[in-house]
Amino acid sequence: MALLEVENLRIELSTRDGTAPVIDDLSFHLDAGETLSFVGESGCGKSMTALALMGLLPERIGRIASGAIRFDGEDLTKASPARLREIRGNDISMIFQEPMTSLNPVFTIGEQIAEVLRAHQGLSRQAAWDHAVELIDAVRIPNPKGRAGDYPFQMSGGQRQRAMIAMALACKPKILIADEPTTALDVTVQAQIFDLLRDLRAQTGTSIILITHDMGAVAEMAERMIVMYAGRKAELGPVAQIINHARHPYTQGLISCVPHLHDVLTEDRPELFEVPGIVPSLRDFGRDECLFASRCAHVTDQCRSARPPEKSFEGGQIADCWHAEAM
Amino acid sequence: MTDITPDKQTPRAESPLREAWGMFLRNHAAVAALVVLVLICFTAVLGPWLYPTDPFEMVWAPFSPPGDNGFLLGTDYLGRDLLAMIINGARVSLLIGLAAALVSIFIGVTVGALAGFYRGWVEEVLMRITEFFQVLPTLLFSMVLVALFGASLPMITFAIGVVSWTAVARITRAEFLRIRELEFVMASRASGVPNAKLMFGVILPNALPPIIVQSALMVGSAILFEAGLSFLGLTDPNVVSWGQIIGSNRQYILDASYTVTLPGLAIFITVLAISLVGDGLNDALNPKLRQR
Repeated sequence: MALLEVENLRIELSTRDGTAPVIDDLSFHLDAGETLSFVGESGCGKSMTALALMGLLPERIGRIASGAIRFDGEDLTKASPARLREIRGNDISMIFQEPMTSLNPVFTIGEQIAEVLRAHQGLSRQAAWDHAVELIDAVRIPNPKGRAGDYPFQMSGGQRQRAMIAMALACKPKILIADEPTTALDVTVQAQIFDLLRDLRAQTGTSIILITHDMGAVAEMAERMIVMYAGRKAELGPVAQIINHARHPYTQGLISCVPHLHDVLTEDRPELFEVPGIVPSLRDFGRDECLFASRCAHVTDQCRSARPPEKSFEGGQIADCWHAEAM
Repeated sequence: MTDITPDKQTPRAESPLREAWGMFLRNHAAVAALVVLVLICFTAVLGPWLYPTDPFEMVWAPFSPPGDNGFLLGTDYLGRDLLAMIINGARVSLLIGLAAALVSIFIGVTVGALAGFYRGWVEEVLMRITEFFQVLPTLLFSMVLVALFGASLPMITFAIGVVSWTAVARITRAEFLRIRELEFVMASRASGVPNAKLMFGVILPNALPPIIVQSALMVGSAILFEAGLSFLGLTDPNVVSWGQIIGSNRQYILDASYTVTLPGLAIFITVLAISLVGDGLNDALNPKLRQR
């Protein structure tokens, strides 16, 4: 059985125009020790999926309308708030996009890591502190003993993200959700953070859900990927296979958007590729049609009249497109 | 590659508290006020031992002017030593000021934190209650409380605290509304922190600077409030306070103005010192003012 199984998940947001399904009929699974990547433009429901897994949808605005999230066989959509608190930080933890603001500015990082350990594992003050120092060492921050007493404002962005990772991994969670962990960092630091995540995964066997819009990061980190578009799954499957032969025109567009470096720069630089148009507004999210139709080069009448079915291909690749076979 | 010594490589940066203290020291008026305030507190605590005259005892003829007959500040209309009265009065005035400020901080922070954290109907109900207390005539309401339940020190403290918590509640709520949306609060939620801890262990420490400043100023206004109440006679007759000295001598203001002026000056200096210290705290704790 998979570690995490999400079945027909539907998340609704209440907006001024009524309720909109920001996640519409999403199913996937995550095996132990695997890295699964969510890719897509902003506003496609990647972060919403992550928040739903953590039970942290925005209060009074977002709710799980139907579907199930089964973690180790337990349905999290039916779990009590107290049980969810137990799971959060202990079994499933999360790191955020902005390392600059996601640490509490008034406590030292050692205190913050130790606090998680004391809350979830009942360690004594001293034991928690010692363990926190070990964790800071494990995420390769030099001089861990001294740095444990530092406040977040005394650290660089990369170091803060390392501290966040140390905090998230403190209780050896089964799943680590990384919501665009390197978007706010320098390119060189990005590579270091990905190296670190990969090594820590190898050491601890933690599964990682990596949310990103960086195709390079996906290729480097993940075994399988899910391409999201307008709250729906566009394509799902092994990373290498999808990058070689994407079956959904949106995935093809995303892949060709990655700019290439050329060793000779000439006057006529190659045009950057873009996917024309924008993501439809929340109002249109639930419609029975292909939501990508307005931006698609292969659009036919069929696309505008009904939602495309899932089409499975060999190797576990699934694409939600009427013309997937022809791609 | 060369080995790097495991010693501290980065220069040790200052902790936020130390940095704030450094900022406070740069405000000379606030430092002077702090010295004055420490002296006043010292007088209040040790004064009665250093100058053991009973403030209720008639030691000389009434209205002996300051400096005459061995009484530094003279005697009042009953021939009591004014210096002893002011020294003993400092205790009550400061005690009530601090205690009343504590009461109003306790009520204000609790109400503001709950309203700002939970939002929704909790916020609606609590803020309507806050507004109710805001529009109440404060002096009148506390007079009613003291008149109804007796003029004991705890009751006076409570009466002052209960009419002055609204500002703290509004500041606390505003800070909570701002801070609860910050990412580190979401990160704390994501690591399974329960609500009570989130409110008082994560958000409140970040909301403290403006609350501390407001509290310092509130001690001053509580002292003034107490002086007002005891001037009107609503005070425990068994203890001396500065307001009470002014109140009981007010008929003789034309014959012996010093009996009213001197305790008034004591109130003035104390409240001014507290305000200046509060101002210094504001400079020290408000990062937006640091660049000046």
